[in-house]
Parts: sequence; C-alpha cells; structure tokens
Amino acid sequence: MTFQSTDTYVATADLSLAVNAAITLQRPLLIKGEPGTGKTLLAEELARSLQTRLITWHIKSTTKAQQGLYEYDAVSRLRDSQLGVEGVNDVRNYLRKGKLWEAFESGERVVLLIDEIDKADIEFPNDLLQELDRMEFYVYETDETIRARHRPIIVITSNNEKELPDAFLRRCFFHYIVFPDAATLEKIIAVHYPNIEKALVDEALAMFFQLRDVPNIKKKPSTSELIDWLKLLLADRIPASALRERDPGKAIPPLYGALIKNEQDVQLLERLAFMHRRQSR
Amino acid sequence: MLIGLFNAVRAAGVPVSLRELLDLHGALKAHVAFADQEDFYELTRLIWVKDERHYDRFDQAFGAWWQGVASQPLTPEAVIPEDWLRRDFMRQLSDEEKAAIEKLGGLDALMEAFRQRLAEQKERHAGGNKWIGTGGSSPFGSGGFHPEGIRVGQGGNRSAVKVWDKRQFRGLADDAELGVRNLQMALRRLRRFARHGAQEEFDLGGTIDATARDAGLLNVKMRPERRNAIKVLLLLDIGGSMDDHVNACEQLFTAARGEFKRLTHYYFHNCVYERLWQGDGGTYSNSISTMEVLRTHPPDTRLIFVGDAAMAPYEITHPGGSVEHNNPEPGGIWLQRLAAKFPRLAWLNPMPQDSWNYTVSNRLITEILGPRMFELTPKGIELAMRELVR
Repeated sequence: MTFQSTDTYVATADLSLAVNAAITLQRPLLIKGEPGTGKTLLAEELARSLQTRLITWHIKSTTKAQQGLYEYDAVSRLRDSQLGVEGVNDVRNYLRKGKLWEAFESGERVVLLIDEIDKADIEFPNDLLQELDRMEFYVYETDETIRARHRPIIVITSNNEKELPDAFLRRCFFHYIVFPDAATLEKIIAVHYPNIEKALVDEALAMFFQLRDVPNIKKKPSTSELIDWLKLLLADRIPASALRERDPGKAIPPLYGALIKNEQDVQLLERLAFMHRRQSR
Repeated sequence: MLIGLFNAVRAAGVPVSLRELLDLHGALKAHVAFADQEDFYELTRLIWVKDERHYDRFDQAFGAWWQGVASQPLTPEAVIPEDWLRRDFMRQLSDEEKAAIEKLGGLDALMEAFRQRLAEQKERHAGGNKWIGTGGSSPFGSGGFHPEGIRVGQGGNRSAVKVWDKRQFRGLADDAELGVRNLQMALRRLRRFARHGAQEEFDLGGTIDATARDAGLLNVKMRPERRNAIKVLLLLDIGGSMDDHVNACEQLFTAARGEFKRLTHYYFHNCVYERLWQGDGGTYSNSISTMEVLRTHPPDTRLIFVGDAAMAPYEITHPGGSVEHNNPEPGGIWLQRLAAKFPRLAWLNPMPQDSWNYTVSNRLITEILGPRMFELTPKGIELAMRELVR
C-alpha cells in the first residue's frame, strides 16, 4: 500500500517517496517547510488514505516527554484513599495514558503526529530517543514495559524555531516541503475548489506569485493563505476582471487580509504603490 | 558501491554517519527506489540529509559523484561549472532553438553573455528581465518566456535535466560554525530559577505539612513552576564595521530570544550615546533615551554588549566625537554610567581575540569596563555567562 495524492490532498512525487520510505523502513518522518505548506495536513491525509486512526500530540512550550508516555496522578489516589473509593488499591487506575502509550497499545497500525516539536524545551527530543527507536518504554509504578503492538507511523513537524539534536535527527528521515510551483498550486486549488473559474485562478496565481516576490516581505503568503484568499474571492463574487484591471499604483490586492498577516508588510506594499504612482506621474 | 557517494557527501560537509548508510542499504533492499535515478536521489537525500541547509551541498556532491568526476571545490567560482552548461544544452536543444541561438550570435556569444551576467549578478533572482533566475523574460534562467534563452536547471518535476542540478536549496545553505543550538546550550548557563506566576505545580512538602496540620485530611498545596527569572538587556552595535558579522549576531539574537523570557534589546551605532534605537532604522522616532533605559531596568539586569569595539578613539573620549551627530557627552561617560548601573555586564566581540589589541578604542573600552570582553563563539559566550552569574 503506497501513499499518493488523494482527492483532497496533492502530494508531490518526492513527498510520496519520503512517506513510503518512512512507512517501509518504520522510521519517524520529520517534516519541515514554510508555514502553511501542509505539514500537519499530511498526517491527517496519510491516516485517511491508510484508513487508520490519527493520534495527534500537540507540543507546547511546557510539554514534557513524560507526558507523552503517561502521568501518575498521586493526588487523586491519595484523596480517593481517604474517601474510601473502590479501586484505589490498583495503581493502574491512576495512570493517565499519554499519546504514545495510546498509539502503542492500539490494535491496528495508527498514524502518530507529533506536531511542532520545536516548540518544546531544547532537551525534549533527547528524552524521546529510546521510545522512538525501540518503540517501548518502562512504567516504574507497575514495573512493566509497554511495547508497541504495531509500530505506529510517526510524523513529526517542525517550524525551525529550535535546532534539533543530532542524535534525534539520526533516527528520523527528513523531508523539506518546498514551496509548490505554479502547476502544483493549480492542482491544489483544483482539489479544493473543483468548479472554480480558470481565469480567476490564473489571475489570482499571478498576483500571488507577484506578492511572494516582493523583496523584504516579512511573512510570505503560502498555500493555506492562497486557499483562504480564493475562498473569500469566491464568497464575494469578485470577478477575474477585477484582478486583471490592475492599476499599477494599487499594489495591494483586494481582500488582502487573507494573504498578508503582518502590518509591516501592508505598509511596505503601500509604500511600493506610492513610489510607483510617483514614478509613473 | 555506495561508499564512494558516502565519502563524497561527507567530504562536502554533510554530517552523515554509518547508521544512515546502513539505512539506505536497507531501503534499497526493500525496493523503495528501484532502477530510477531520481527516486534514488530523493531517497538518498531523505535518509542522509537532516537539515535543509545541507541540501545544497548534498546536491553538489551527488551531482559530481553521479558524473563520476571528482567533487568540484565548493567555492563561488564553481557554482555553475562550464561543462554542464554546454553538454546538456546542445543535446537538448531542438533545431528551432538552435536556429534561435544563431540569432543571438551563436552559442559561444550567448555563453559569453551568460558568463558576464553571472559575474555581475551576486544573488539568486526570480522575475525581472535582466538577471539569471526563474520566471522572468531575461534570456537566461528557467521557466521564463524568452524564446532564445538559456535555461538553467529545469522547471517541472520529471524532466531530463537532473533535479540535483537545480540547486534550489542554495539559499538555505549556511556555513556558520555557530549553530543556534550550541549558542543556546551556552546561554543555558545564565539561568536563575525563581517561582512566580500561576500556581500549577504540585507542592509535595507543602501538602504534607498542610495535611498533617489538618489531622491527616488531605489538603493539596500547589505552587508556581520554576522559571528562568533572569533579566537581560542586549545592546547590539549595527555600525558600518559590523556588517560582516550580521549573521553571527542574528544567530546570537535568535538563540537569546528563545532562551530568555525577559530580554530587551536596543541598537547603537559604533558607541553608546544619549539615545538607543529600537529598530535598525536609525531615525529619531524609533529611538529611546539611554537615560530612560538606565531608569527602567533594575540593577540586577544582566547587560550584554555585542560589537566589534572598533571605532575612532574620539568617539569614546570627546564630546562631539560621534560620526553621526553632535553628541554633548563623550561615549565613555555613557559606558561608565551603564557599567555603574549594571555591575554584571559582558561585551561579546565577533572579532577573533588576537586582533583586539590593534585598535585603540578596544583598549579604551576595556579600561572603562574592565577585562570583560569575550569572543562571540560558543566557548566565549560560556565564559561571558560565567562572568554574568558571578
């Protein structure tokens, strides 16, 4: 069973190869790329196409590796013991399973997404080495080892906020999602809006790439922003001609809020438009 | 057979280990890629390269290995080797295209013009109508509209020109020895934990205490988590002589911002005077009075200067010595004020240590601040951090 583009997701050839290699060799797949190029979406689509469950572990700055395995709730147990609640003798009732445990004990091969691993503390990836390598961990409270019944397919995403340690990287396959070219983008748009007018797409793409090429822009608009923008254009019934009648002095596209997320960038575009007007006068 | 490629990639400076070599053998054995050079390239990159900044070096090493020639030296002169321009082009061109080339004065003239333009051009380019790049109408580049043009690399995914020749990751290459990660590891030393903020951690001692006092009835106590409470004030020199060190400073800044929650930073030009800048614009409106900075930061703030300390001695010793404006008080006075208010300070210098003594200004600064100047390397930062926690 191989992973390919689905009716809702466009995977380039190199991305499919990366995913299939990671599945075959049972290695975690580390995905990086510009924000908005579909890193998280990949795991969802992968689970869908393999018809299995997706378990998502969102990482925050306070997340500890242990929380992915399990947490022992000693306080509840102590309280329950005073109130005489049944089942307090069994420590198992007070172990809260983490996402890794959930993935390991699943009866089928699941997809485990570790989302935005770079958000966590700098030591976080090192604490997961053994678990990802051998797919097992040890529970001190019950003196047992939890082994994966089916090795889960692990997808890890990173936004490059922190560098990851070498030892961790050695265990992963790494794929960098390149920003798609015009042809791929058209395919992606077709997947999202099958009935969209061709002329509108052409104009919107031209404007989009023009915007990405503006020098010194802080946050380049990416795929997800393009999709949002097209949705707005469609909702407002803005015709392709409105995009085509490009007044050179008007560098800011209609409904730019979906594309440009940074006020400095808006100012930059306004300044460029102003300079353009002055030159053409 | 893969040992040759393995050695070539390692020699190009991509950190790949034996484990990855074995992984690749495993993948080939499992027929993930079979008898397809592009698949093989992508598979090798997937398994061997762990950072997009190394993609470009890998592409070059792979390209050289594939052609069975010795690896090109990875210097700017070698970025577009002549033979892959020539050989690949003549083979690919249709008869019409060859005729079109004649229009521009033949292949040799076109090549000559290409080389000239490449020499003029200093960076990657896309769009436009002159430079070599992508998506424009210049005769040189890729994915453009000039019919008589040279195409460097190729658009599209499956095509005759090898993908590794596209070198599309060149912009991501980064040869700095200082990685953000080792800087962060060095900065970790500057941690002083304190408990404040929301109570979200279980306090075992407090709970036992309170429970005992309540005659054994459980009374849970929580306490705030430990956080790094250190306050850092970072003053960065962005005067002209610092242009060479922008990269190192950016990395330091990225690392510091990730490490310290309470970090403020300002910029100065060559030496500190009565105003500091918040952005690098250098206009009055985005500047702040140095007095205000002195007033608003508590004395236990750690002060870190980053600069090459190379300036005219007058900038430190004389009123009006600044190169940019007429300063009423000499820079040295301001340095003294800062040093008096913030006794824990360090100066990080991106220049190598043995060159420091050649500039007079450097000695003057050391006289004012004491021997607290360190090299901007992971090692130097570690020493500086030790000085700051003392």
